[in-house]
Amino acid sequence: MVEFKELSTQLRELEEQLVTCMKCGMCQSVCPLFGQTQKEADVARGKLVLLESLMNDMFDHPHGVNKRLNKCLLCGSCAANCPSGVNVTEIFIKARMIITGYLDLPFIKKVIFRKMLAQPRIFDKIMVMGARVQKFLLTEKHPDTRTASLKILSPLLKNRNIMPLADIPFQKSIDKLIQRSNPTGPRVAFFTGCLIDKIFPGIGIATVKALLHHNCKLFIPKNQGCCGIPALAAGDKETFVTLVRYNMDLFSQKEFDYLLTSCATCTSVLKKMWPSMTEDVAPQLRDQVSLFAGRTMDISQFLYDIAGLDEPKQNQDMDEKIVTYHDPCHLAKSLAIRKEPRQLIHKAAGYRLREMADPDRCCGMGGSFNLYHYDISSRIGNIKKENIEATKCHTLATGCPACMMQISDMLSKESGIIKVKHPIELYAEGL
Amino acid sequence: MISKLLFNEFKNLVGENYILTEPEDLVTYSYDAAPLEAVQPAAVLMPGTSEELGKIVALCHENKLPITVRGAGTNLSGGTIPMAAGVVVLTGRLNTIIEVNEDDMYAVVQPGVVTAKLAAQVEAKGLFYPPDPGSQAVSTLGGNVMENAGGLRGLKYGVTKDYVMGLSFFDAMGNHIRTGSRTVKCATGYNITGLMVGSEGTLGILDEIILKLIPYPEHRKSIVAVFKTIEEASETVADIIASKIIPATLEIMDNFTIRAVEDFSRAGLPRDAAALLLIELDGYPGQVEEDGSRTVEICKKHGAHQIKTAENDAEREKIWSARRSALSALATIKPTLVLEDATVPRSKIPDMVRGLYEIAAKHKLTIGTFGHAGDGNLHPTILTDKRDKKEWTKVETAIEDIFDTALALGGTLSGEHGTGIAKSAFLEKEIGKASVEFSRRLRSALDPDNILNPGKISGK
Repeated sequence: MVEFKELSTQLRELEEQLVTCMKCGMCQSVCPLFGQTQKEADVARGKLVLLESLMNDMFDHPHGVNKRLNKCLLCGSCAANCPSGVNVTEIFIKARMIITGYLDLPFIKKVIFRKMLAQPRIFDKIMVMGARVQKFLLTEKHPDTRTASLKILSPLLKNRNIMPLADIPFQKSIDKLIQRSNPTGPRVAFFTGCLIDKIFPGIGIATVKALLHHNCKLFIPKNQGCCGIPALAAGDKETFVTLVRYNMDLFSQKEFDYLLTSCATCTSVLKKMWPSMTEDVAPQLRDQVSLFAGRTMDISQFLYDIAGLDEPKQNQDMDEKIVTYHDPCHLAKSLAIRKEPRQLIHKAAGYRLREMADPDRCCGMGGSFNLYHYDISSRIGNIKKENIEATKCHTLATGCPACMMQISDMLSKESGIIKVKHPIELYAEGL
Repeated sequence: MISKLLFNEFKNLVGENYILTEPEDLVTYSYDAAPLEAVQPAAVLMPGTSEELGKIVALCHENKLPITVRGAGTNLSGGTIPMAAGVVVLTGRLNTIIEVNEDDMYAVVQPGVVTAKLAAQVEAKGLFYPPDPGSQAVSTLGGNVMENAGGLRGLKYGVTKDYVMGLSFFDAMGNHIRTGSRTVKCATGYNITGLMVGSEGTLGILDEIILKLIPYPEHRKSIVAVFKTIEEASETVADIIASKIIPATLEIMDNFTIRAVEDFSRAGLPRDAAALLLIELDGYPGQVEEDGSRTVEICKKHGAHQIKTAENDAEREKIWSARRSALSALATIKPTLVLEDATVPRSKIPDMVRGLYEIAAKHKLTIGTFGHAGDGNLHPTILTDKRDKKEWTKVETAIEDIFDTALALGGTLSGEHGTGIAKSAFLEKEIGKASVEFSRRLRSALDPDNILNPGKISGK
């Protein structure tokens, strides 16, 4: 806990970044949230002014600013299109940390983050138990999107179509998958990410299959920690730093040249947030973090730039299935990775890419944004759904498990027959 | 503060979600894109229909409550900065394109429609809405009409006022007024449409706009010419027009801006060039090609040592993205950017440019200059840090010097950003005391309680 006057002092650290906003308002053209609400406090310019006002002691308490600051998808559309290059996402996350430092985390978040997420071994065990009990709670899975809803009390979750936990997490399959010896290719470590380990193990398996095919020497430690984004978004620096340190120790056990992820958010967090949010930790850890960040790559980028993609096997009998690709914000806007995942689809046997309108428009997930603002999140998601359906595709591919959850939920609202996949799954199918 | 009673009346009118009175919301409507003092309103209202808008105006009239209408809040002269006791009315929910008539070539829109959205929609039908202010991706047509917004195509196609055929609006008492028509010609009554365009919300509050459309040009050609001195470039501008060639766009960039753009976007611009002209011709292919070769000859005659013609859409796009990034490139250099738009008769561009260099040197300020050379509308852009009080005083004096220089050359304080708050104190310098008094009498006759965007244009 810090004193209220201390809050504005701490916000002063952001002043140099805040003043770079010239209030031109161009962020209104790309903000998915503003597109729905038309309210200035929902767009970057308004939020930056709110932080400036809080810094200048214009309010008696930070609750109102905090509420508005948290109503944000953190999609980075504004930052990617900002004429003055304001680093909006970084400012917002740092501000959330400062304000949370003053207000303290709500009890429930404290329990979830500090007692569960920050302790990966315990977290893994809880999730395994969860996978066992969920069958008593969930309906049959949707045949195409594999989502399910709650058997009872579904309105409590606003009739969401949830992605169930996998029966067997990805990490239980690692030993079986990696049995081949003497690889000659690059030394690769795989940062799995929570959603791939616990909900979409198929993406992890496809990733390993592709990397082995390209002769990589693989290192995949078990009981990996979360990348830290839920804690960052909630302003919980303590949990974030704990997780960074935990993962550092775990991955430092072996030498590797590339740290790969198949999750857009993990890539973006490891590459950008890990260094920018650990500026004040011990120099030794900081150096190690920047070393890791430098080696971090998205799977599609690695396969396209480093390993070199295989030409697809020609099969005359096979009808080509149409795939449309959704650009995850954390790949396209945060890291400018747009062409690589599309190349993966081009080289996937039996699939043909057909672009949708506005492929890089945010799907509306935004992590916890979806939990707190499901109505707006769904309205944004529906625009995505319509653009997807207009392509008459067989499969929607996207390089982000969180986007996959949101899009699956949207597509499951009607009896759609569109499958939702990661590009690496399509590529690995043909290997 | 507004009374509880009035608050409830507003709330019942627009709905609970569409009235904002919490301090954290009010702060976000206290500014626009002009670097001026922020003022928080007492309430913010978001009407969803014309009827609601009309009733809001009537309620404000009854309660003598000042009203400032806000579209995207991209105003560069403070026109959307409200009064402390007043309300801000947002047009964001009034965003329907009511009609695009291909036979008679006009569009009817609500004021909150985004400029670029209309442009894209009519382009899909082979039609053209030419006014293209720099903020068109977010700016609203209501704002464009009320500010008489310009853009890059002013030289050939004119500005917003040249496309407004008719309007309907609510006057200060909440009466619904119609003016103009859907016809090309219209000679009934006063030309109230002309009076309303550029009135910055001081005479009435728009609810519908009829805009003229024209056929989309068949062919375009873009040329970049590099000059060793800015005088050569300015003389070329004058000569192109004297040769009866009217390019759609004729833009100039000075050395400081060229270097900033190059640092920012690596567009491949020559860093040592004193000035660049960026030219686009459009129209029938035969004429565009012929005018294109003549333009190249004129550039050569005046000393252009490097001339590039875009061979395809990608090259064309590259030229214009460099131009579009000029403001962004300058914005990243210093925290505060003051974008002026003093405009002179285009033959006076060389004198204006010289004047700007003298002003920069005299006040030891950084000024980048680029802009619409073809229509005499330059954008001298002062780079500073508003927190540096000493330098800010110099900036304010420099702005006055820019105004004086433009006026001495027979020009105007503002080509396209409007008077707003920023230039209202200087208006008399340009139009004289009698004209300011006339404007005030006009205003007080139409708005006796002074509730329509007070403090803008003629002050008070």
